[in-house]
Amino acid sequence: MADNISTLTDATFDEQIGSASEPVIVDFWAEWCGPCKMIAPILGEIADEQAGKLSVAKLNVDDNPDTARRYGVMSIPTMIVFKDGQEAARIVGAKGKGQLLEDLRPFL
Amino acid sequence: MTQTSDVRNVIIIGSGPAGLTAAIYTARANLAPLLIEGEPSSTSDQPGGQLMLTTEVENFPGWPDGIMGPELMARFREQALRFGTEVITRKVSRVDLSSQPFGVWVGDPDTPEPTYRARSIIVSTGAQSLMLGLPEEDRLLGHGLSTCATCDGFFFRDHDIAVVGGGDSAVEEALFLTKFARSVTIVHRRDELRASKIMQDRAFANDKIRFAWNSTVVAIAGEQTVEGVTLRDTVTGEERELAVSGLFVAIGHKPNTDLFKGQLQLEDNGYLVTHDGTRTDVDGVFACGDVQDHVYRQAITAAGSGCMAAIDCERWLEAQGEH
Repeated sequence: MADNISTLTDATFDEQIGSASEPVIVDFWAEWCGPCKMIAPILGEIADEQAGKLSVAKLNVDDNPDTARRYGVMSIPTMIVFKDGQEAARIVGAKGKGQLLEDLRPFL
Repeated sequence: MTQTSDVRNVIIIGSGPAGLTAAIYTARANLAPLLIEGEPSSTSDQPGGQLMLTTEVENFPGWPDGIMGPELMARFREQALRFGTEVITRKVSRVDLSSQPFGVWVGDPDTPEPTYRARSIIVSTGAQSLMLGLPEEDRLLGHGLSTCATCDGFFFRDHDIAVVGGGDSAVEEALFLTKFARSVTIVHRRDELRASKIMQDRAFANDKIRFAWNSTVVAIAGEQTVEGVTLRDTVTGEERELAVSGLFVAIGHKPNTDLFKGQLQLEDNGYLVTHDGTRTDVDGVFACGDVQDHVYRQAITAAGSGCMAAIDCERWLEAQGEH
């Protein structure tokens, strides 16, 4: 798994998202979610290719239910893009790389 | 300007149990197959096929203790790779089966030249879940409306939810969801389930499961998230509200045959027609798995037909003297 993906928790979420200088896409995922596993390598590639423009983080919803609940995540994978600490876009469901990059275009 | 060197022996389209088994067999036959596995998505049309959205598979021979669907498919894939299958994680956008070698496009379907060419094609694009066809579905998918109990069940802890459908997959989803939900109502348009006896017995024995018989969902309430559904009685026409915060749809499948319309013979219900094993009506094109099977639709039957397609394909290529 790419080193460029940071891991968020309920405890670190606000600080890390609030202090980020570039947009952050947060992947809400869990071990038991097949589609989450399929997009993990795609997000790894995006993290590598877009380094400096967009950062990629992940949050395990099993271990960090508070953050998932706070953002009303009801389906995974859900990816939320935060810009200046605020939710700027939300992508629900697994997608191919082309489609995902298309959705992220405003932030790249 | 086709050069023989870039013409493949065989391209396999789709990567469920059928496609991956066809890959294992054609790879072991030294045909160097190219498998175009599709792209991730949260519906059932995705790499690995429908088993990627299930939990425990209890009826696949060789796994006496059961195995998780995604893990089973990861093992199929590993086995296909071991014998030299080339795998591309893209979606096929167009095929041209009108002349040899066949053309297969990924990405922009309007480019004049196909992305790949092959002497033979094995179609294993499978089937995907049907939706209800209500306009509010787009807005609420992922916000309480789901086609994947295993992905989203976790978020409905202590909620009242509903599952639409009466077959094995609907009952399986309902049973899985009772691990989280306070109650699960199975909404079915008939007065009896179509599911297998063992699944029915489990459903009737589970005190979290309720039934709304002779009912169809005609509307889903809720702006931001699902707040309830309107049910219509199929006998009396009467409508009533059911307050649920989650709705899981498991009402059946449609074959992924859009790519082949006008090029391969389809049955009235959209499934591919095969004859003499796995042959389609185009010489050199074979089909296996759920895309040509609306009767059995099991992982093991899909895998079996994938093996048949690989053998049919290998013999066909041999007969052409090309291999």
